[in-house]
Amino acid sequence: MGWYFRAVGTRRIVEFLLLTAFVAFFAGPLLNLAVLAFSGQWSYPDLLPHQWSLKWWSFVLSKDDIAKSIGLSFLIAAIVTALSIVICIPAAYAFARIRFPLKRFFLFSFLLTHAFPKMGLYVSIAVLFYRLGLMNTLLGVVLIHMINVLMFMTWIPTAAFRNVHAAQEESARDVGATPFRVFRSITLPMAMPGILVASVFTFLNSLDEAQGTFLVGIPDYKTMPIVMYSIISDFPSSAGAVFSIILTAPTILLLLAAQRLVSADVMASGFQVK
Amino acid sequence: MSLQLSVRDVTKRFKTGEGVTGISLDVTKGELVTLLGPSGCGKTTVLRSIGGFLKPDSGDILIEGRSVVALPPEKRPTSMVFQSYNLWPHMTVYENLAFGLKIRKLPKAQIREAVADALRLVQLPNSEKKLPGQLSGGQQQRVALARSLLLKPAVLLLDEPFSALDAKLRQEMREELREIQTQTGLTMVFVTHDQEEALALSDRIVVMNHGHIEQAAAPRHIYDRPSTLFVARFIGKMNFLEGVVEGSGIRVGPFVLPNEDRIEGETLVGVRPEDVILKAAEAGEGMKGLIKQIMVLGHYAEISVELEGGGTVRSFQPKDAVRELTAGQQVAVAFTKSIAYPKIGDN
Repeated sequence: MGWYFRAVGTRRIVEFLLLTAFVAFFAGPLLNLAVLAFSGQWSYPDLLPHQWSLKWWSFVLSKDDIAKSIGLSFLIAAIVTALSIVICIPAAYAFARIRFPLKRFFLFSFLLTHAFPKMGLYVSIAVLFYRLGLMNTLLGVVLIHMINVLMFMTWIPTAAFRNVHAAQEESARDVGATPFRVFRSITLPMAMPGILVASVFTFLNSLDEAQGTFLVGIPDYKTMPIVMYSIISDFPSSAGAVFSIILTAPTILLLLAAQRLVSADVMASGFQVK
Repeated sequence: MSLQLSVRDVTKRFKTGEGVTGISLDVTKGELVTLLGPSGCGKTTVLRSIGGFLKPDSGDILIEGRSVVALPPEKRPTSMVFQSYNLWPHMTVYENLAFGLKIRKLPKAQIREAVADALRLVQLPNSEKKLPGQLSGGQQQRVALARSLLLKPAVLLLDEPFSALDAKLRQEMREELREIQTQTGLTMVFVTHDQEEALALSDRIVVMNHGHIEQAAAPRHIYDRPSTLFVARFIGKMNFLEGVVEGSGIRVGPFVLPNEDRIEGETLVGVRPEDVILKAAEAGEGMKGLIKQIMVLGHYAEISVELEGGGTVRSFQPKDAVRELTAGQQVAVAFTKSIAYPKIGDN
């Protein structure tokens, strides 16, 4: 046996061990979750469940408010994504192209909502929402979600617009394109990967948001994560496992799509404050 | 010959203090004019004003007799090739070239034909389907050039288009551009900081410094008779010797050189290295000096001579003529041609 390890080399062995540890920590809980979701009965010392079953799937899917919450979550996520594109893309273009005083300060201020404990921020917003009558409304929930994603939606597209060189826009003007045509045919398509990544982030972030929704949207706007809280506390863990798989599926699909579109460094470059 | 482009008393000052003042320039049809100068001299400002990317503070710009100064870039009959980032990476070469023609609403068959012709002209036939990222730097600049040629501009503007390329490719592109210019008869304004490029390409060179024109003339004339000290220093290599006005001439060491411009006071006398003659020290005549260094640079050699009275003179000699010379040898230096400038400031 010894000769084999010597031949492989220490470096490869260490690499293998690290990989194993990574897989165990990363994939282990997910695997456990998957098994749990399909188990009927499973008690502690056993490695696999006594009984495989789909009963928690049918339970979860048959509950009315769960199906409703899935629809609601996707609706809210879609609205939040669309609205923040409309608001943030022009802002990002301005940050990338136009010189104005205190630009860095404004760009940096988007980080502020992430600098405080979320609950504190939400409570003070809730006080404001009470006065404005936004509590327990769709608009209130959407606004709360948007607060979380403003930073992604501005910073990443700003970097994407910055990567479009002035000469590339000017040469389009030069061959006869109007400023609007330049934006539509040159600038926007070139920045599109960054904008798509930011949109995917926004969509996922909105799907996942629980704290703010809980505070502002209860009782009428129960999204998936909120319903999940009650399921986890009221039913066996298998129900929670089923639900979290349902919640994870769109995340994984969208991330895979985003990954095909852009490389990691495009995402990383979104977080530079120049 | 008709006037194609006329820049009249254009002034553009930036907040930083840089810019140009009172620039006037006429370019006739089919002429290739180079704006040459060190960085920050305002050559690009002039070019961008012609292209419409800068609005001059005052002055007028006429193309084919029509004022264009109020028009945005897309309405001007000019086309510009930039230093880099000319192409749109999300479009194929064909789409890059066809973009301007599509805006002009040309029929598709005609666009396809024009694109193929333009690519042949820049020696990149059949590369329509490639993406800019798949081309080398030189090829990208060729595509950019083709895109401008396609639009048949009244004036083609080139903003240091070859400066990002390596020396050999730069030379090739220069020759190609010159050939395209003779084929198409386009009027071109070319900006560069490379005096060699300017000398090689131009029908006329406009030397700029600190936002004004120092001299505008044919390359030969600029080289032989630089009208100011700045031009003399900037174009080619030049030796400078201190001279004193003496009667109707200027005395430099043992020589009295002609004072054609009637300069008074202290002068600097410029001599091109190829106009410097080296003789054996015993010949007697000339300024005595020691050979400091001999560098063979291909078909010629550069010899630097340290003069007895101080200062160094460089001389270009055919490489065969330097066989008998060695470093440390004493020689006498004489000149066949010289040009005098008044000594100004700390020059």
